[in-house]
Amino acid sequence: MSHAPRHETLIHALGAGLVPVRRLPPPWLRTLGWLAVVAVLALGLLWRYGTGIAMERWRASPDMAWATAGAVLTAISAAWAAFASGMPGRKASWAWLPVAPAVLWIGASGLGCLRTWVEPAAQLTRSHPAPDCLYFILGFSIPLSALLIWLLRRACPLRPVLTAVLIGLASAAASASLLEICHAYGAAATDLLAHAAAVVMVMAANAAMGGRLLSRH
Amino acid sequence: MQPLTAAGPMVSDDALPRRSSVRYRVPANPATSTAESADQRRAAWMAAAQAGDRVAYEKLLADSIPLIRAAARRQGVARDHVDDVVQETLITVHRVRHTYDPSRSYDAWLNAIASRRAIDAMRHRGRHDSRELHDSFALDRHPDADDASAASERQQDAQRLRAAIDELPPGQREALEQLGLRERTLAEAAEQTGRSTGSLKVNLHRGLKSLRRHFHGEP
Repeated sequence: MSHAPRHETLIHALGAGLVPVRRLPPPWLRTLGWLAVVAVLALGLLWRYGTGIAMERWRASPDMAWATAGAVLTAISAAWAAFASGMPGRKASWAWLPVAPAVLWIGASGLGCLRTWVEPAAQLTRSHPAPDCLYFILGFSIPLSALLIWLLRRACPLRPVLTAVLIGLASAAASASLLEICHAYGAAATDLLAHAAAVVMVMAANAAMGGRLLSRH
Repeated sequence: MQPLTAAGPMVSDDALPRRSSVRYRVPANPATSTAESADQRRAAWMAAAQAGDRVAYEKLLADSIPLIRAAARRQGVARDHVDDVVQETLITVHRVRHTYDPSRSYDAWLNAIASRRAIDAMRHRGRHDSRELHDSFALDRHPDADDASAASERQQDAQRLRAAIDELPPGQREALEQLGLRERTLAEAAEQTGRSTGSLKVNLHRGLKSLRRHFHGEP
């Protein structure tokens, strides 16, 4: 049985329903839009806490400065990769883009933690409950993830779970970067574990729920 | 009804290049336009379709069918189900046409969508097959198992039903295809078509009523 008439009927029906559409802006432009919101949050935190806390922390433990740079680059590259994954025809291998900065972020954090353990003099005097970091990262990641999902509402993520994982990584990395502004504590294993737990929770929650929200196509 | 033709040469499916620029005009006669590749021609048609050009759009969709079929076959879709993938892909193309960037390859964009729809079709088929019962004893004793005339009659009935469904308005046809022929749940059909479950139920009811009228003359 030939299906040509069936396809022809469908094509005419689709043609009859054709209306002009507004093209999706390129991934870099939407990434900039999301980063602008992150920058506004950063400015708010800087206005409240100033730059002193971050500077003191980075002076005491220079590895943390590298970790912050890694977190910022992870946020930017993961957000771009999430937007690119919503455009059919882009190479799926772009999803690997945030891996290198994430290695810098995790590696430098781990190294800072190790140095503190080997050389306790580098540790800042203040101690703090690690759950604070967890709540901070979760608290900022939820609206940042929601914003990314909203910005992707017109996109066509053909691998919705992958896109959702990238959204989770971008928002968790951005939240960890924001945390640096008001995080007046030295590198510690409990601290690192709290950050890692928060990042994993944000990515898992996005994969579980964001994937469904993005799989409309 | 204007005939749909796929004029001009097709490019190889494994060569899907990214280009830096594409002309936005629709070629006056694509068949004689040797300077533009088939991919560029389709990209120009899609750019015109995004602006609302129906003629370019229908040409583009007709031209896309062989590419969709090739993508489905590459993914391992059975010959009998390739045309289902074509239908699903054409509907998806229509729904997400705003995501195409005319500065990039149209063929790569289409190939990604068609491949995904092919994988979805195979997954759906796998789930469907796993729910079916295979009882060889019952099949052997089925009264119509070796009845060639009955098989032919069934095929003719199926063709008549298919033709009648093709005549229905798009909403009713879509509801019947999704809920009746493909046996999808309301939630699955709503996800596939982008329509609400309420709209699907109404269209299914109307479609069945139209078919009853068609075959039995019922009011």
